[in-house]
Amino acid sequence: MSDTQIKASADALMRQRSTYKPPRDPVQIIRWTLLAMGAIVMVMPIVYMLSASIKYPHEMFDLNIIPREPTFENYIYVLADGRFIQWFINSLIIATVTTISAVFFDALVGYTLCKFRFRGRYFIFIAILSTLMIPTEMLILPWYMMSLHFGWLNSYWGIMFPGLMTAFGTFLMKQFFETVPDDFLEAARIDGLNEFQIWWSVAMPLVTPALSALAIFIFLGNWTAFIWPLIVTTDSALYTLPVGLTTFSVEQSVQWELIMTGAALATIPTLMVFLLFQRYIIRGVAMAGLKG
Amino acid sequence: MKLYSRLSIERKRTVWAWGFLALPILFYVVIRFYPTADAMLLSFQNWNLLGARSWAGLDNYIRLFNDPVFWKVFRNTFMYLILGTPISLVISFVIAYHLDKTRFLHGTLRALYFLPFLTTAVAMAWVWRWFYQPVPIGLFNNILSSLGFSQVRFLNSTTNALPSILAPAIWAGLGFQIIIFMAGLRAIPVSYYEAARIDGVSNWTILREITLPLLKPTIVFLVVFSSIGFLRIFDQVFNMTTNDPGGPLNSTMPLVMMIYQTAFSSYTMGYAAAQTVVLFTVLLVVSLVQLRLLRDR
Repeated sequence: MSDTQIKASADALMRQRSTYKPPRDPVQIIRWTLLAMGAIVMVMPIVYMLSASIKYPHEMFDLNIIPREPTFENYIYVLADGRFIQWFINSLIIATVTTISAVFFDALVGYTLCKFRFRGRYFIFIAILSTLMIPTEMLILPWYMMSLHFGWLNSYWGIMFPGLMTAFGTFLMKQFFETVPDDFLEAARIDGLNEFQIWWSVAMPLVTPALSALAIFIFLGNWTAFIWPLIVTTDSALYTLPVGLTTFSVEQSVQWELIMTGAALATIPTLMVFLLFQRYIIRGVAMAGLKG
Repeated sequence: MKLYSRLSIERKRTVWAWGFLALPILFYVVIRFYPTADAMLLSFQNWNLLGARSWAGLDNYIRLFNDPVFWKVFRNTFMYLILGTPISLVISFVIAYHLDKTRFLHGTLRALYFLPFLTTAVAMAWVWRWFYQPVPIGLFNNILSSLGFSQVRFLNSTTNALPSILAPAIWAGLGFQIIIFMAGLRAIPVSYYEAARIDGVSNWTILREITLPLLKPTIVFLVVFSSIGFLRIFDQVFNMTTNDPGGPLNSTMPLVMMIYQTAFSSYTMGYAAAQTVVLFTVLLVVSLVQLRLLRDR
């Protein structure tokens, strides 16, 4: 698909108007009812997790969703020692810094490979693209050895360094910069802007939808990342939320209401962000996905 | 600076380009290419993290091919792929196809289907693990027993454990696949459907002759993308089998988990590196075969 088509179909996805008039046609009624039932089944695990987190242990295994005596004691208990707050802050810092770095450099490299003509350009592009085929799991052993050697274990840097740039993002941004007309850049050049200024203040504002799409994707990927943070951290103060949640859950073993509270704490922030930016997130994921 | 100002505009731009690329090139060489080469090198060596690395020739690979656990793991890894990819794609296509034709509360339904994609695999693994517990703890068995059915052993059975672990992985990925399918459906020009309808073609034929062929780029992307995901499954398995990693009896152990254990429980780094090379090869071959099969038709 061409770039304009991708953007158009991602936009068309959002243009599908919701109506509040129930369908009349019997086929549509059946279709809608089945879809609605499916949607309810889809969110059931999340609903039960949230429900369990506000139940007392004796009510925990009943099938009712709304507890007879709702309680926040689980949350108070889980948050009391401050570990979850620490893990939350760790995850937030790591995901934010990684996202800023990756979006910045992916856009810069994508732009350079798209808009500059110089010898070696094609070679660099292919070299970066080829790293897409290398699975993270293969790099984990050498990364661990590097971290061991340079003392990066148990540090934010150690968790972050593998994700500071991404080949996927570079490819995505290169594609999107194709839609920026060269005339705009030429005009800015005549106005006396240097190449960095042209990229930053002329080209970048023209691809903001793509930048936010990439940012959402990278943030989500880092927020939920598990295997590398699990390996590189052994100090519980540096755990990210997923790694912390694993250790916490193993400790609790049979206290499911506490495990569910921990799981809810790891899930609620992303759900809230989603409810706020629903349209942008779905559109962004569609755009990033269609490109990739 | 003097030298720079004497350059032609073209040359100046080249200087800028390499300036922009300097740090990224350093990054890709040090964090991507060197580790790749090092992992391959390590697969021909022995190392326990402490002493010196010593040459092992092909020993790690020979050991791997003679290891019954590896073949078990290899089979499991492909089971995740063979069950996961078709099931998730069929479900997500059916939902996307019908959701695309629905207007009433469309945005709300779409958001509900998409929601699980934003969850953390680790958190959801524990939620599903709770669901799978026996009576009186687990939700599924409680529902079954209240309906008068007998209990099902989910995670402690060698046959049921793998599909049970796969289920949350499929569930969490559906939202993404549905969105991509719907965007793909939107890219098909309406005029094709109108023309078909004027010719009085049935819905089924429209689906088979227009929708699916024109959706092929989307399908190819989702097949390759989700296959890679299922072949690399780890988070769910790790968190749902913490009391017996990859169990029962290694029946759920995927390749990535074997790598993790070989490297960070047994500290046989060379052997683990050989396994990562196998993983790399598997991913490459599966992607290429899929692209070949799907592109040519």
